[in-house]
Amino acid sequence: MATSSVSKGCFVFKPNFKKRKISVPIEDYFNKGKNASEDSKLRFETYQLIWQQMKSETERLQEELNKNLFDSLVEFLQTSHSGLWKNSKDWSCEIKLREIPTAALVLGVNVTDHDLTLRSLTEVLQNNVTPYVVSLQAKDCPDMKHFLQKLVSQLMDCKVDVQSKEKESVQVIQKNVHYSMDSLSAWYMSVTQKTDPKMPRKKRTSSSQWQSPPVVLILKDMESFTTKVLQDFIIISSQHLHEFPLILIFGIATSPVVIHRLLPHAVSSLLCIELFQSLSCKEHLTTVLDKLLLTTQFPFKLSEKVLQILTNIFLYHDFSIQNFIKGLQLSLLEHFYSQPLSVLCCNLPEAKRRIRFLSANQCENIRRLPSFRRYVEKQSSEKQVALLTSDKFLKEETQSLLENLHVYHKNYFLVLRCLHQFTSSLPKYPLGRQIRELYCMCLEKNIWDSEEYASVLQLLRLLAKDELMAMLQNCFKLFQSSSGKELGNTAKKIEEFLAQFQSLDAETKEEEDTSQSQSKGLQKTDLYHLQKSLLEMKELRSTSKRQTKFEVLREQVVSFVDSLVREYLLPPDTQPLHETLYFSSAHTLRQHLNAAPRIALHTALNNPYYYLKNEALRSEEGCIPNVAPDICIAYKLHLECSRLINLVDWSEAFATVVTAAEKMDANSVTSEERNEIIHARFIRAVSELELLGFIKPTKQKTDHVARLTWGGC
Amino acid sequence: MAKLASELAKTPRKSVSLNMKNDPKITIDIPQCSKGHSSSDKSQLKNNDKSEFLSTAPRGLRKRLIVPRSHSDSESEYSASNSEDDEGVAQEYEEDTNEDILSQKIQAQNREVSAPVFRETPSKKMKREKTSHLVEKYFEAHSSSKVLTSDRTLQKLKRAKLDQQTLHNLLSKVSPSFSAELKQLNQQHEQLFHKWMLQLHLGFNIVLYGLGSKRDLLERFRTTMLQDCIHIVINGFFPGISVKSVLNSVTEVLDHVGTFRSVLDQLEWITNKFKEDSSLELFLLIHNLDSQMLRGDKSQQIIGQLSSLRNIYLIASIDHLNAPLMWDHAKQSLYNWLWYETTTYSHYTEETSYENSLLVKQSGSLPLSSLIHVLRSLTPNARGIFRLLIKYQLDNQDNPSYTGLCFQDFYQQCREAFLVNSDLTLRAQLTEFRDHKLIRTKKGTDGVEYLLIPVDNGILTDFLENEEEEL
Repeated sequence: MATSSVSKGCFVFKPNFKKRKISVPIEDYFNKGKNASEDSKLRFETYQLIWQQMKSETERLQEELNKNLFDSLVEFLQTSHSGLWKNSKDWSCEIKLREIPTAALVLGVNVTDHDLTLRSLTEVLQNNVTPYVVSLQAKDCPDMKHFLQKLVSQLMDCKVDVQSKEKESVQVIQKNVHYSMDSLSAWYMSVTQKTDPKMPRKKRTSSSQWQSPPVVLILKDMESFTTKVLQDFIIISSQHLHEFPLILIFGIATSPVVIHRLLPHAVSSLLCIELFQSLSCKEHLTTVLDKLLLTTQFPFKLSEKVLQILTNIFLYHDFSIQNFIKGLQLSLLEHFYSQPLSVLCCNLPEAKRRIRFLSANQCENIRRLPSFRRYVEKQSSEKQVALLTSDKFLKEETQSLLENLHVYHKNYFLVLRCLHQFTSSLPKYPLGRQIRELYCMCLEKNIWDSEEYASVLQLLRLLAKDELMAMLQNCFKLFQSSSGKELGNTAKKIEEFLAQFQSLDAETKEEEDTSQSQSKGLQKTDLYHLQKSLLEMKELRSTSKRQTKFEVLREQVVSFVDSLVREYLLPPDTQPLHETLYFSSAHTLRQHLNAAPRIALHTALNNPYYYLKNEALRSEEGCIPNVAPDICIAYKLHLECSRLINLVDWSEAFATVVTAAEKMDANSVTSEERNEIIHARFIRAVSELELLGFIKPTKQKTDHVARLTWGGC
Repeated sequence: MAKLASELAKTPRKSVSLNMKNDPKITIDIPQCSKGHSSSDKSQLKNNDKSEFLSTAPRGLRKRLIVPRSHSDSESEYSASNSEDDEGVAQEYEEDTNEDILSQKIQAQNREVSAPVFRETPSKKMKREKTSHLVEKYFEAHSSSKVLTSDRTLQKLKRAKLDQQTLHNLLSKVSPSFSAELKQLNQQHEQLFHKWMLQLHLGFNIVLYGLGSKRDLLERFRTTMLQDCIHIVINGFFPGISVKSVLNSVTEVLDHVGTFRSVLDQLEWITNKFKEDSSLELFLLIHNLDSQMLRGDKSQQIIGQLSSLRNIYLIASIDHLNAPLMWDHAKQSLYNWLWYETTTYSHYTEETSYENSLLVKQSGSLPLSSLIHVLRSLTPNARGIFRLLIKYQLDNQDNPSYTGLCFQDFYQQCREAFLVNSDLTLRAQLTEFRDHKLIRTKKGTDGVEYLLIPVDNGILTDFLENEEEEL
């Protein structure tokens, strides 16, 4: 083989240039894998389109979410910087001059998302505050020299971006191998002077601070910097602050306390720290879900299981939005890759157009969809025949079904949000606090069959008036904002309810009057009569309690919500053609995103039948047959041992098993040679187990190996 | 272990022969077999007629063998696997499993099969005990410093260590089993090739895991899909591999002449190059990304950064049990992995061939033949010096605190044997030895140099015997 050698570990293959030019377009990989499936090119294009839209949407969301944070940061930078350059005669200013303005930016534990946030921060700063924005990572700066080197080289780059004219001066400095703070400040002076050579010196101090823009240094992962480097840098740069206006931004993943843990008081007193908190990643997720999935903007949808897996990975593994998006991308890709009818997963007019061009094969595919078959079964027999035989009729029907599906989604999300309004503030959150939990439940089954839903209705029946009205108000806004005509009545109805509630106020007063008049009727009587009348009143009140107008109205509202839910929140798998839009293969997603290599290894060793479907390997629980692959047998035997394993015993046990297996098939080889071979097989199995990390050689005892796992695995 | 071995040895036949084994003679055999420790047991087994021992089924052991098979509830449910002789418990289990499907068989065979105990026990209880069991298992395994194992060594066995070549020859005689099934497995994996290409192009990187060498699979992937692309194959299992060499081969592709001051510089250069030229595409195939040489934090960081470039497509395989621990969240997001399980059951021939494997004659430390070879090329005096050192080392082989022969003493001895006349000549000789990795020097706590031969004592004894024969 060309790629194995005893002297080399890397092999470069470079086909000649002409050949390389004929590179295969990506679409080809999309269709070749599945042998000539339908419309693969179109599907791939749709995939790319939707993915691009989703991606830009998430980026936009990210920007929006970070806007507040960035605004306040920019403001902080501007004020602190202007403070720095005011006339420095003041004593307090003198002190301030020694303090480096610092923004501690608490970003949360989702380290993987920080990069994106900080990158957009850099952009914002470059646009609004200063061209000199440098971000450093701990892994680039193991010591002071590298730190300064990186800082200088990045600063030069910034400069080049802004003004390419000054290349000469930049190059001069870059040749300078010796980086120091002095050279930096000298560079800074030269650069700032050069930018505005016409501006007289006096003016600079007074009018605008922007002639001398600050240098912003972002330390991306403050925690992992070496303390020594940080301390030294801060001390040195505070000395130079008057000629080199530095502003620090610390990216912090844990908590702000870490600053004081890393820096001693003497150093941290040189900083003027202000704390900024970024949006929590959970809120971020909620927005992303809200804008990507709970909307009709994107036709692509996730089934309950898939959504569950993605959110679980997010909540229990990494809190990383980026990973969540990656999961989304993968499911989108898988959907378009595996489902030929996903070609219909686009906006409605386009889908309708595409239906017209569907091939006969694709029509068959539609007929094969389980949801469509269920739908056909419900139709009258003539229609059934027509659907199953005529492609034209089928296409028309598909068009209308698809339209229904889109309408269904439109209503679905409205009603879902409406229901969320009602349930999100109930005590104990029976249907979850976040809309994603509610969504998952609704996707899974008929929500009204669940116990939680029943308890929600119970709780709704106990709501006070103002709470109920607030909820109704919100719902009203929701329905009004949507342009859909289908639910126009609903908005009207809610408005009516609201009006009724308002008019209740007046009525309640009257009611009070009547009850008062009743109480007036209580007159002096003997004990017996008193008791009797009290009992009567009690009965009266208990009956009248049900009858209060408010309660009646509340009951009406609850049943109204209930009817909405029952009508519109049907789970999607009841809808014909839902397979075209919903990605449901949760298994593949889990396999590729959240794999368990250890379990796979163990299964392969412990139960080879799982992979090799040979009847000879079938065995009862836990045992493995002696014909199993050598490594499985060796593994099984090693499980019996404690910390150390005697190789001799192991090899003999192995030989016993293997000879027993070989006895069955006739063997012509002489026994000595056979023993040799078995020994060789044992050696192979052992070294494979070593490679896999189950055992390692040990010096504790001769010819022993140490076991690296314990218990069963 | 011997018990288990005999147990495993007979497993495939069991289902067939279970009911025929009502022979009273065998049932008498059982108590004998299940008592005693492995070594005594083994000798007994050996004396026995093979067919007879094949049919025995020690009871306590049978219980131990029982390990739930389910794929999902993996690691921790093997609570019964390590417990030592617990006949009483086994008894209990037998009573528990009266309703078991196999109970008839049990009765018929008079306790010969103590039945899959855990299959029927309620799993809830098991799960609750799961974690605590796992912890206990750890402490059980590591509690006492002494471990009871037999003292037998490979030296006594004649066929102790084979060298790589004989091993290879011997193994080539073994006819592979289950080839049909293996082929089917491989075909399943091969169907994924197009999908891999697609996903690689869309910005994911692919990592393969699962038992068996994935080298052939990747090689096939390379030959079928990557013929027209620039690609680099990296053998992670190659002992001399390093990130530096990986980066070097990347720069080689980019036609760079000259050197870089540091790995980081090189990485930066590559990054810029790829960012500038978007038509550049590069496939990286790494066999064993988790190998000794590449698993370090820095190496992984750099490879991760490389793989995060948009036009570098990485497809790698991992084998080690704990390989995923190499990556924290930051690295994982750099790699942007898609995991693919590709269990192949192929042998790790290439991967283990470099390895100083346990039973294969070690190549890192010196095997006998090369020892002889080197020494033959030396002067008689040098040989004498070396023999002196060997003898001293062998005399001290029972001394656990032996650190080596002090240079001064060695010089004294050599002088007395008229082998050298000044310590300079001795030092010259030693340099020669050192160049051949025949000796190692170590500074002791007192600042004195100690000399040690880093070769197994057994080999040294063999060597001396050899020498004497020749003389």
